[in-house]
Amino acid sequence: MTAHGHGDGDGLRIDHHFENADQQYQSAKLGMWVFLATEILFFGGLFTAYTVFRVNHPEIFIFGHHFLDKGLGALNTVILICSSLTAAWAVRAAQLKQIRMLKLMLVLTMLFAFGFLGVKGVEYNSKWKHGLLWARQYKPHVDHEQATEVQSVEVSIAGAEVGAEVIEHDSAGDTVTVESEVILVGEGGAPVPVPGEADRSKIAPAAEGPAGLAAPGSEEADDSFEVEPANAQTFFSIYFLMTGLHGIHVLGGIAAFIWLLIGARRGDFDSGHFTRVDMVALYWHVVDLIWIYLFLLLYLID
Amino acid sequence: MAVANTVLTGDGQNAGVGPEENYINHGKGILSWLFTLDHKRIGIMYLVAILSSFFLGGVFAMFIRTELLTPGQTIMTADTYNKMFTLHGAVMIFLFIIPGIPATLGNFVLPLMLGAKDVALPRLNLASFWLWLIGASVAVASIIIGAVDTGWTFYTPYSTTTSTAVVAMTLGAFILGFSSIFTGLNFIVTIHKMRPEGMTWFKMPLFLWSLYSTAIIQVLATPILGITLLLLIAERTLGVGIFDPSLGGDPVLYQHFFWFYSHPAVYIMILPAMGIMSELISVFSGKHIFGYRFIAWSSIAIALLSFLVWGHHMFTSGQSSLMNMVFSALTFSVAIPSAVKVFNWLATMYKGSIRLAAPMLYALSFLFLFAIGGLTGLFLGSLSTDIHLHDTYFVVAHFHYVMFGGTVIAFLGGIHYWWPKLFGRMYSERWAQVSALLIFVGFNLTFFTQFVMGSHGMPRRYYNYLERFTAYHQASTVGSFILAIGFLIMAGYLAHSLMKGELAPANPWGAATLEWEISSPPPHNNFNHEMYAGDPYDLPALRWDPSINGYVRRDPSSILATTEEAG
Repeated sequence: MTAHGHGDGDGLRIDHHFENADQQYQSAKLGMWVFLATEILFFGGLFTAYTVFRVNHPEIFIFGHHFLDKGLGALNTVILICSSLTAAWAVRAAQLKQIRMLKLMLVLTMLFAFGFLGVKGVEYNSKWKHGLLWARQYKPHVDHEQATEVQSVEVSIAGAEVGAEVIEHDSAGDTVTVESEVILVGEGGAPVPVPGEADRSKIAPAAEGPAGLAAPGSEEADDSFEVEPANAQTFFSIYFLMTGLHGIHVLGGIAAFIWLLIGARRGDFDSGHFTRVDMVALYWHVVDLIWIYLFLLLYLID
Repeated sequence: MAVANTVLTGDGQNAGVGPEENYINHGKGILSWLFTLDHKRIGIMYLVAILSSFFLGGVFAMFIRTELLTPGQTIMTADTYNKMFTLHGAVMIFLFIIPGIPATLGNFVLPLMLGAKDVALPRLNLASFWLWLIGASVAVASIIIGAVDTGWTFYTPYSTTTSTAVVAMTLGAFILGFSSIFTGLNFIVTIHKMRPEGMTWFKMPLFLWSLYSTAIIQVLATPILGITLLLLIAERTLGVGIFDPSLGGDPVLYQHFFWFYSHPAVYIMILPAMGIMSELISVFSGKHIFGYRFIAWSSIAIALLSFLVWGHHMFTSGQSSLMNMVFSALTFSVAIPSAVKVFNWLATMYKGSIRLAAPMLYALSFLFLFAIGGLTGLFLGSLSTDIHLHDTYFVVAHFHYVMFGGTVIAFLGGIHYWWPKLFGRMYSERWAQVSALLIFVGFNLTFFTQFVMGSHGMPRRYYNYLERFTAYHQASTVGSFILAIGFLIMAGYLAHSLMKGELAPANPWGAATLEWEISSPPPHNNFNHEMYAGDPYDLPALRWDPSINGYVRRDPSSILATTEEAG
């Protein structure tokens, strides 16, 4: 691209230690690529942890992923891909000095980013309602009504009491609940309630629809998530770690786009200077790319 | 820009030793330092910060050695002792030796060697320093809120169960990691994009090759440390279980993660030291460096091999024997590029006219100590001997011979070499030699005894020991006291040099790299004309000028850019 070859605009302020605009642009670009390599390695550590844990305990992942909403995950993937398009478009607009278009594209990209976080918020909220949280916070409930009933207690009280509370409410929890309660209660030695028909989850099994606990005992239900494997909470720990860290990067991207928008309003890009837009867009593409891998690895396990 | 004019400013100023405008007196007040974008000031701030960390880590070391003067309790309880060796390790590794040479001498010298006005990304450079300050503060705060007793490696499951301040210390190391990444990133970009006319890759001073190789490791390995420590923090605070066998996790996975960073990290520590060595040996032997390309490539080879050997830390952790064999073989292969360097340095000295100035004394110390440190590494890389030597003082001694005998000694050599450039003052050569000798003797007494007791089975990190190890421990402690005296003398004459040292000429040693072409200390803007870089080891291009007590170029125009490329 000729614009690259000739560096970055004419009216640009060149820092005192650079000889010309091209050197400055090339330095920024190389620096950004190296930084993005470190970002990928950073997530690479998490992907490695994921891989090792999944190889050792495939059942946890097969069980856990049923509680993620593939529809919402796919929606978010589409949203991020669209935002990458608008981000790339913003770079082109900056190169062509189309400031109005640049502003429009920046705003659109930000809206997509907020949209992504909104969808993520809906997903997190549903996990929160069902107690499908990380590690020690993992306290799955049987259904929505009971979940809301017990929630306030659960948030504030930990350990054996929580287990007791839940068991009290659903006089006879199903197997899924029971097993996890035993884990949570630990040495508390809570009595194992007898599973009863009446209190079974009314939510359809995840294989048939959105997230929810499986209906145990159903013949058609997938064997793999009918019975909760030991340490099922680890899936949700990994899920929250990976998507949470990614979410922080999305927030960072939004901050960067706001910075660009302020720059665009101030006229920083009027002269065809586009380095900053280009760098932020590169970062944004990597954030997008990482999400695609997260979507594949966490949502689409079957 | 007229060449004749620049020659005058270039050389006329060199001779001048008056209080010219320079980077130190350019701007006054603490804020003009803390928020400067000048790589030289950032380098000096890093130097102060890092030497303070070295002092702190050294104090911990003195406590450890004093405690080990007698079996059983000498001056502290076993719990305090555990914290002491952990803090010594963590402070020395994360605060001192990893940023050490690149952030201080590298920051100062790298742009000067390139004839550049600054590093490519000055703001990132300042950010790196501030991240260092924040990370170091968090790490030091962890000492106040209860310290850490896990050893600097933070191995799980102990690190996830101990009640000490593991989260604060690892958070500190996490932040320090980003400081290191930013320094490395900056150096990569600077070396790629800011080399002057004439400086092709194989005309770069070898110090730059070593900083470049170091930067590759900093950038590629440190993110792994970041995520590892983050996982460790998550493990402790949330109970995630990836490293916890009772939750289906694997504690050896933590070791893999940790060493995937921390083995390359020891090359982050040693590679810049090797770069300093290449400069020192050539300049003080008065000879062109021997085997330039081999030294340059061996830096890259070490950087790449460093990523393939981490498994040798887990020979006894239940790794499969196939993996052990592969990692053992790969570990041996690191000896090749290391030995290539050593032989090239020796060949450079051969038939040279060696000046035994203080920097060269350190260079010679390095050769001797690094050879011992490197060769004992082969004992540990061999599977059968490692089973016997694992977790004994032999490992401690090997590590200190490489890290102290290698990196710290070369760092000291570099400080003495560039000191006149950094501060524009000479130090007392006589006291520098006394101090170098004390450090050499003290070091060997401290750590050679540890080889012996390690091979006799004295385990590392133990608070108590059998009666028969007493003599070794006491000799080691006496050695550490001699070391400390050597350092105190050094602090004394360097402080004196800052106040009352003789003013330094631009080029006191007769080196041919570009940093010696500008006045000492350098002006704020480094170079006021474009530079042309020829052969960095073309020492005959310089001649001694008794009138300024320094060296000058026979042909000053040879280092000026021939074309007007600027603009």
